[in-house]
Amino acid sequence: MAVDWAALQKIVRERFADQVLDWTEFRGQACLHVRRERIVEILRFLRDEPFARFAMLSDVTALDLLKHPEAGRWPGRFAVVYQLLSLEHNERLRVKAYVSEESCEIATAVEVWPAANWGEREVFDMYGIRFAGHPDLRRILTPDHYEGHPLRKDYPLKGRGERDRFPKYTEIPEEGVRGGRKA
Amino acid sequence: MNAVPTPEIRRMAPKASQAVSQSMAMNLGPSHPACHGTLRFKVEVNGEQIVKCDPEIGFLHTGFEKLGEYRSYNQFVVVTDRMNYLSPLNNNIGYAIACEELFGVQVPPRGQYLRVIMAELSRLSDHVISVGLQGMDLGAFSAMLWTFVEREKLYDIFEAVTGARLTTSWTRVGGVFRDVPEDFPEMVRAFLDKFPRIIDEIELMLSSNRIFKDRTVGVGTMTAEQAVAYGLTGPLLRACGVPYDVRRARPYLCYPDLAFDIPIRFEGDVYARYLVRMEEMRQSVRIVREALEKLPSGPVNADDRKVTLPSKERVYRDMESLIHHFKIVMPGHGIAPPVGEVYSCTEAPNGELGFYLVSDGTGVPYRVRIRPPSFYNHQTFPLQVTGRLISDAVSALASLNVIAGELDR
Repeated sequence: MAVDWAALQKIVRERFADQVLDWTEFRGQACLHVRRERIVEILRFLRDEPFARFAMLSDVTALDLLKHPEAGRWPGRFAVVYQLLSLEHNERLRVKAYVSEESCEIATAVEVWPAANWGEREVFDMYGIRFAGHPDLRRILTPDHYEGHPLRKDYPLKGRGERDRFPKYTEIPEEGVRGGRKA
Repeated sequence: MNAVPTPEIRRMAPKASQAVSQSMAMNLGPSHPACHGTLRFKVEVNGEQIVKCDPEIGFLHTGFEKLGEYRSYNQFVVVTDRMNYLSPLNNNIGYAIACEELFGVQVPPRGQYLRVIMAELSRLSDHVISVGLQGMDLGAFSAMLWTFVEREKLYDIFEAVTGARLTTSWTRVGGVFRDVPEDFPEMVRAFLDKFPRIIDEIELMLSSNRIFKDRTVGVGTMTAEQAVAYGLTGPLLRACGVPYDVRRARPYLCYPDLAFDIPIRFEGDVYARYLVRMEEMRQSVRIVREALEKLPSGPVNADDRKVTLPSKERVYRDMESLIHHFKIVMPGHGIAPPVGEVYSCTEAPNGELGFYLVSDGTGVPYRVRIRPPSFYNHQTFPLQVTGRLISDAVSALASLNVIAGELDR
C-alpha cells in the first residue's frame, strides 16, 4: 500500500502550519522542508502516523547551502537532512530542517530513532551543528583535538595545515634504530 | 588457541549487575587479526565479560565526501571503488544509478543486464569472503582458503571485464566504459557450474560444526524492532526476520524481470546471518544464470550525447561526435544535471548503499553523501556484545562484515 502523498502533505501542513516551509518533489522523490524548532515532534509524527509510518531512518546528514543557487529561499545556512523509509508502505521521504549559522543547533532525533546517534555525531563533526540532548556528542571521524568542520563549504579541500601540525613520531636517534636503517 | 565458550562457560560468567567493581579497561584493535580493517573498541571487561563497549572509528577517514565536491560526476566513480574493497563493483553500480536518476537518463537493456550480472557476481565475491573470514575468526581455517580460491576465479572474470581486479571503476554515468568480452557468458557459466558445489562444501563444513554453532548460535542477537530502529540493513536485517531487500522494495535495473527469493531467518543471531548469506549466494547464482540466458544484444550505453561518450570510430569520422566528445571530456564543459537532489539506494552485499547527490546545475556535484551500510550496521555493535564474552565480540564483529573503507569514508 502506497502512501497517499496528497493526504499526508495536507495533514502535515495543517498540523505543523507554522513549521512547514515547503513540500517539493524532484524526480519522483518527495521532500518536506521545515523549520528546526519542532523537528522532533515532526519526526515522531511521521514515524507514528498510520498514514506514514516511517519506521526506519535510512540516513541523517547535512548540507551547507553557502554557495547553493537556491540558498536565498531557505532560512539558515545549513540543512539537516533526514532520509526516512516506511517499511509498511514501502515509500521514502526526505525531511530537511534548516539551521542558521548563528544558532547552529537542533534537537536530536536519537529518542525517535536510535539510528540517528552516529549520523548526528558525523554531522557535528563535519558541519559543527550541535544536537541538543544528544547522549554522546563527540567527534566521530576526525580526531578529538581536530579544529574546524571539513565539509563546510568555506573549508578548503587541502585543509588548514592539519596534516603539518599533526603529532608525529619523527625523533630517530642519531645512531639509528636497532635493526633498522637511519632515516 | 581460541577458548571455545561452551554453554557451560557462558552460564558461569557473572551477570552484568555484579560486574561493576572489578571492571578493567581494555583495547580491542585498532590493529588486530580479528578486526576487519582498522577498528578500535574501548572495552570495559569484567573477567571475560564485556561490561561496556565504545567503538571508535575514523582511522581510515579519507574525506571522500569532500573530494566528491571537487570532482566531476564521472571522476568520482574511481573513488567509489576505493570505498569498499570487498565489492567495489556494487559501489560503482550504485553510484552510477544515483547519477542516472539525477540526470534522468535510462540505460538500455543490455547495459542493465550486464550490471545485474556483475553486481551479483560481486555479491558472491563479498559474501563468500565474508563467510570464509567469519569461519577463520572462529578457528575454521580451511573454509577461508576455499573461499579465497573462489574469489580468485571471480576476480579473473572482473579483470576480463573491467581490466582491474579490485579497483574496477567499471561504470560511467549512463552506462559502462566498455562492453564485456565475447567469451564472457562462457566464463561466467564455467564458474557458475562449479560454484554451488563450493557453497555446499562450506555449508557441510560449518553449518553443523559444533564449535562453529557453539560460538554463533544465540550470539549478537537483535530483535526485529531493534534492527529497524537502528537502521540495520542487508543480511543483518533479514536475519532478524524483516524481509526488506532494496532489489525488491525499490526495484532498479532489470531486477523485476528476474526471479529470486529473499532468504530470511528469525533468530537474529550470528548463525542466522551466516545462513542468510549462504542462501543469498545461491539466489545470486540463480539471478546470474537467468540474466545470462536473457542477456539481450544492443548498446550498453544510454543514447544521450549530452551524457555518454560517442564511440571512438565515430569520433574519428564525424564532426559532431568529435564535438560531443570534447564537450564531455573537457573541464568546464562536461556533463551537468539540472539543479536538484536525489537519494538513490541499491542493495550492496552489506545492505542499503545510498547516495544522496545534490546538484547546483554545474558539472561538479554540490554535495555527495554516501550512506554506507557498514556505518549503520557497526553502530549496533555495542548493543550486540554488552554483557557477553570477548570471544562473542569476535564472532559478532565477523558477522557484521564491516568494511572500514566505507565506514570511515
